[in-house]
Amino acid sequence: MLPVLLLLVVLAGAVLRPRGLPEAAFAVPAAAVALAVGAVSWDAVAAEVRHLAPVVGFLAAVLVLAKGCEDEGLFTACGRWMARGASGHPRRLLGRVFLTASLVTVVLSLDATVVLLTPVVFVTASAVGARPRPHVYACTHLANTASLLLPVSNLTNLLAFAASGLSLPRFAALMALPWAVAIGVEYLVMRRFFAADLAAAAPVPDPEAPAPPVPVFALCVLGGTLLGFVVAAPLGFEPVWAAAAGAAVLAARGLARGRTTPLAVLRSASPTFLLFVLALGVVVRALVDHGLADVLGPLLPDGAALGELLVLAALAAVLANLVNNLPAVLVLLPLVAPLGPGAVLAVLLGVNIGPNLTYAGSLATLLWRRVVRAHREEVGLGEFTRLGLLTVVPALTAAVLALWAALALIGAPTA
Amino acid sequence: MNAHDVNAPAPAPNRRETPVSAVVWLVEDTWPAAVDAARAHAPATGEVVLLHVTDPGPPAAAHGAYAGLLGRGDADPGDALEELAEGHAERLLQAAADRLGRPCRTARLAGRVEREVVRAAVGAELLVLARDGERDRLGPHSLGPAARFVVDHAPCPVLLVWPGPAPEAATLPPPPPD
Repeated sequence: MLPVLLLLVVLAGAVLRPRGLPEAAFAVPAAAVALAVGAVSWDAVAAEVRHLAPVVGFLAAVLVLAKGCEDEGLFTACGRWMARGASGHPRRLLGRVFLTASLVTVVLSLDATVVLLTPVVFVTASAVGARPRPHVYACTHLANTASLLLPVSNLTNLLAFAASGLSLPRFAALMALPWAVAIGVEYLVMRRFFAADLAAAAPVPDPEAPAPPVPVFALCVLGGTLLGFVVAAPLGFEPVWAAAAGAAVLAARGLARGRTTPLAVLRSASPTFLLFVLALGVVVRALVDHGLADVLGPLLPDGAALGELLVLAALAAVLANLVNNLPAVLVLLPLVAPLGPGAVLAVLLGVNIGPNLTYAGSLATLLWRRVVRAHREEVGLGEFTRLGLLTVVPALTAAVLALWAALALIGAPTA
Repeated sequence: MNAHDVNAPAPAPNRRETPVSAVVWLVEDTWPAAVDAARAHAPATGEVVLLHVTDPGPPAAAHGAYAGLLGRGDADPGDALEELAEGHAERLLQAAADRLGRPCRTARLAGRVEREVVRAAVGAELLVLARDGERDRLGPHSLGPAARFVVDHAPCPVLLVWPGPAPEAATLPPPPPD
């Protein structure tokens, strides 16, 4: 029972953040308690930290890389590109928002899309005289749906990538079709759902401000990082070093040009968040070792045929919507890893696409938030949930079908 | 004369001494047509109220998406969107006031868009709004959900205008089969 309680404390602390305390302020003590009462052994903690440390390092590198790109003006340039010729054409703008948000999510992770791109999308929509709602909603949805392609696109992917044993190019090859299909479904549903908002538009003149320079350097660094991911396995190094190198180059340039400070670079790596992930991993490990595996085990299918992939994805989506996709994927991975890479990727589809169902990513977060500030978030909840239902169910189903096809076509030999 | 009623149940524009000749509901992509229609058709006596209601949806979506990223500290983009939305509404109202070219009052509200518009129109001699929908054919749909609600519940006469030139009569959809 204690591990359940500890996980609840960790999640509640992360959502409520009393007195503005960092999330790790609850997660680390909870992990310490789990260790002190013997709910998890020192060996298990060591194993968990050894397992999570490279993942957390990868995450830190991507967060620094994204901030470096922002400092280089990449997101401003994205806004300018989305706006060009989109005045009076809201549907054209939506297409560009889809393209931009999908690519940013893939390369710089969903964090970058939510935190750095969403405000740019709002500003762009306002500047070209479009109603911001469809474009902002698309951006927030794509942060989840478009985060399927690369391990760096989502922390859940980094965890699953480590558990799957796949090489990075193989991971991307298997997820390419599900990624494209899920984004396609999102696009079709959004076009229809927001038909009225996307139809009428009075053209306003293109803003006359001079176009910001194309951030060539940042784009080259991103290209080099992606190339690094591809050649990592043949050249015998871990892909995390490609991300670290990209982050280091951008940070060094930002520092040399006085665009950032050492403290800002450190903060962009979110050290307390990294600590939170490690501590959450330990708490979830205690939970899995003390009964959760026995509870969830019988619910899980024992193969990786199409029907079983669908069940796994649905189960993962439900669990992600109950708690949050981070604890959900931490719980499920050790249970499904023995079923093979196909099963791991199906779980990933569920935990990545699923959170669009509930505004705020999970029922738990939603309820807690509503308790804390009920008056602020009543508006839009019904619409958001309706849109979530309309997109998640078909997108997840289609993505699992696509994964099944990709597995059959490409196969999933582990590295 | 400008006054901003943000989140204000009171004082609604119509509660003032000066009678309100027209409330003009401004929406991002169609507002110039609504302003032009008010200039042409609003009664000359009384005050024109230019109304913009900020949609709370985009900031709420950003808050929600950020909450879904469990444990990311203090970088909620929803806060940024709230500020951006305020600035955007201010600029839109100013541009509309310039375009109207007659004394007017601007009202910047926030909340459920359709309900705020209906409340703001109580007591007005005219509510002016632009239609939604495609601009190159006559229907079949002309109103999005918010405008539909406003037209259905309007407490005063409504002037519904095309955002641009009206399409030709030939674009009328064929009658349904008997």
